[in-house]
Amino acid sequence: MNEMDRSLFALREMDELAAGDTPVHRLCPAAKLLTTIAYIAAVVSFGKYQLGGLLVLIMYPALLFSLSGVPVSTCFRKLRFVLPLVLAVGLFNPLFDRAPLLNVGGVAVSGGVVSMVTLMVKGVLCLTASFLLAATTPIDALCAALRQFRVPSLLVTLLLLTYRYVGVMTEELSVMTDAYRLRAPGQKGLHVSAWGSFLGQLLLRSADRAEELYGSMLLRGFRGEFTYAAGRPWTCRDTVWFAVWTALFVLCRVFDVAGLLGALLTGGMR
Amino acid sequence: MIRFDDVSVAYEKGATVLKNVSFAVEAGETVGLIGANGAGKTTLMRALLGLVGHEGSLTVDGLEVTKKNLPEIRRKLGFVLQNSDNQMFMPTVYEDMIFGPLNYGLSRAETDARVDAVLERLGLTDLKHRHNHKLSGGEKRMAAIATVLAMEPEVLLMDEPTSALDPRNRRLMIETIRTLPGAKVITSHDLDMIWDTCGRVILLSGGTVVADGPAQTILRDRELLEAHGMELPLRLAGL
Repeated sequence: MNEMDRSLFALREMDELAAGDTPVHRLCPAAKLLTTIAYIAAVVSFGKYQLGGLLVLIMYPALLFSLSGVPVSTCFRKLRFVLPLVLAVGLFNPLFDRAPLLNVGGVAVSGGVVSMVTLMVKGVLCLTASFLLAATTPIDALCAALRQFRVPSLLVTLLLLTYRYVGVMTEELSVMTDAYRLRAPGQKGLHVSAWGSFLGQLLLRSADRAEELYGSMLLRGFRGEFTYAAGRPWTCRDTVWFAVWTALFVLCRVFDVAGLLGALLTGGMR
Repeated sequence: MIRFDDVSVAYEKGATVLKNVSFAVEAGETVGLIGANGAGKTTLMRALLGLVGHEGSLTVDGLEVTKKNLPEIRRKLGFVLQNSDNQMFMPTVYEDMIFGPLNYGLSRAETDARVDAVLERLGLTDLKHRHNHKLSGGEKRMAAIATVLAMEPEVLLMDEPTSALDPRNRRLMIETIRTLPGAKVITSHDLDMIWDTCGRVILLSGGTVVADGPAQTILRDRELLEAHGMELPLRLAGL
């Protein structure tokens, strides 16, 4: 399997994960989308030193992983290219904010270190929540939900077709890479002299295929807007899901749940 | 049902692919469109579907192929592409099958009933929720036909339906084509399949119709076929 095949496999793996049948998959896509937005809003609203409060919000992805059967390893494998960027966001904070904020076991921890870790945790939580949404909701259902929220048709169709086009392009790239490797034994990667023609051919080939696919869509009545298959309707269960989670997020934001839990445990131990 | 009247198609000025083509296909007929590579078979199909422009008169069920009439015309014509990968653009067979009917305003219940009926007729019920990329070549080809049949077209256009199929799937495809209702226009280099499925054959060469008649007459005419870059079907070639 070459690198392109692996990418293609990764794309399809998301489709397959999203086609699962678990309580989370069975929720209305709109409810999942709204809950994810509420979650991300709650996560980013925490202050730069409120690491403790933030950690409580791990319960949302943790429960989703457990209910949906999406492997945690798959999530971090797929996010491995983005995570370093997220982790790098607050890298310079310790240099600028050196005032001690905490004392952990006799070691002074500066505000910069805490804010860096907070930023990292925020990034990881937001990415994980977005991943879980994509891994439990087919792209078409997600697009249908976006349309329900009056996101312009052009944007949604663009999103969907881009998603599809990435697959088409990767397929073409996979075929071309195989053909190249078969006639370039012992070569590692693509020789620089072939880059131009390779890229040009890739664009021409994928454009041709995209044209064919588009023709096929036109012949089946496509007129610029997807008629999304009616997804799961919004039911009481979805209302409960959205309301309970949103209430929990608000609770975690307003009260120091981590502190309360800590006090409770410490009190209990005394 | 389909009427070509002096139809010409040119992709660029001076490069005419179809020249003054005239013929008609009646309801219920199965017509084989044959010709060497570059004869204009696929272009003819694309002109009929309004995917390329044309000169002359081209009608489907009395409707002139114009931009205004395209939605109605495309509803009447079902086109099975040569490459099923280009036909199946949704993640699963089911999603691909409902794409057309929903676009044409059918309710979800009606669409689902159609999907089930078509899958049952083709013996593909097991494929309903399968992912397209996990289908074999033969399954994908049959599923592509199912996506088109779900639109209940009046005429089925098929571009090389047996190419790249193994013998068993090829035989299955021939049996399927025979049982499909409505008019059919099939382009293919597989003359044995054309022999088995079509009552009439149109031979294209250099963008013009050089012969139009009963399949068994044209496909037996070695001189005619060889003059236009074709050969006798294998069963008649005495191989």
